[in-house]
Amino acid sequence: MKRWVCAAVGTAGIVATAFAAEIPRAERRSGYDFMGRETRAMQDDDTANPGMLWVLEGEALWNRKLGAAGRACADCHGDARANMKGVAARHPSFDAVRARPLGLEERINVCRTDRQQAPPLAYESRELLALTAYVARQSRGLPIDVTIDERTQPFLDAGRATFFRRQGQLNFACAQCHDDNWKEKLAGAPITQAHPTGYPLYRLEWQNVGSLQRRLRNCITGMRVDNYPLGAPELVDLELYLMWRARDMKLETPAVRP
Amino acid sequence: MASALINVPSRAKRGEVIEIKALISHPMETGYRRTQLGVRIPRDIIRVFVCTYNGTEVFRAELHSAIAANPFIVFSTVATESGTLALSWTGDNGFSVTESATIIVGDPDMAPHTPQRSEPSRETRDGPR
Repeated sequence: MKRWVCAAVGTAGIVATAFAAEIPRAERRSGYDFMGRETRAMQDDDTANPGMLWVLEGEALWNRKLGAAGRACADCHGDARANMKGVAARHPSFDAVRARPLGLEERINVCRTDRQQAPPLAYESRELLALTAYVARQSRGLPIDVTIDERTQPFLDAGRATFFRRQGQLNFACAQCHDDNWKEKLAGAPITQAHPTGYPLYRLEWQNVGSLQRRLRNCITGMRVDNYPLGAPELVDLELYLMWRARDMKLETPAVRP
Repeated sequence: MASALINVPSRAKRGEVIEIKALISHPMETGYRRTQLGVRIPRDIIRVFVCTYNGTEVFRAELHSAIAANPFIVFSTVATESGTLALSWTGDNGFSVTESATIIVGDPDMAPHTPQRSEPSRETRDGPR
């Protein structure tokens, strides 16, 4: 009996080390806070922030008529500045027809195929990133507010499970870096808390704007996990979990990251 | 699709040093990279950036392969007269973009283009007594 108790305590100890609790709300920080002064200045000045180039392009695309329907985004949605406010802060959001949550990129593509009757844009294509950046820009400064209800809860749980699951050749879970070791550095660079506060964002390493899914695939490759393709449900679940984890934090799109 | 973002103060005092910021969308493909099949990706960079102030060249930069995509150039010049600042980028494959901005230059005693910090009150200037 005594041996049993020891074994149980031992197991509990290991579990606690492997899966520390989520970051307390008061300690949550955006990736912005981990950046150097110069990179922060680049993000803060709209005429120095390269992500604004995509926002500008997105504005032009918003007003361009296309597809068999000959309709522009603006023909249905009107002025994005007013009507797209807060939309990015609510994504991924549940789609009743598809019975699963959609990320903002996929939501834009659904609009393209269903309403504009135009072919969908490829993930990470310049046009899709530009449109997404333009729409998400309208939510800058607004708190992240994904809806968790009985329909989205299973997807949130799946995303959380992926975040805490050890996987790949390194037998590594996202949480081991981003929850347990965010105060540390990895190869000289700060490990951040994985709060997706500024997507799509301009990453200096990419010399380009990229989506949260691109960033997730970067990390997953580093963990030596058989990667998920762009648009995979596993990535959307993770997006939903990470956005929920960053709930009430302010959106910064288009953010700049090193 | 080329797009540029420029930032020129709209008003300045004569003789004032003004800062100009220019950001342009461009891949700046070095010409040294190869595809996975070993085929060389041809160079595609901006070669020259020029700023003219009422037709007079005030700044010129030559760009090379080592410069990152979407180059951001910040420089300064002296506000001499009201008029137009024209910024132009030219490069490989016939790349050519020109953006311009107007500036109003007034006498040194005119209102500055940036709001001046208000005078601190006597209490804060002199510190606590």
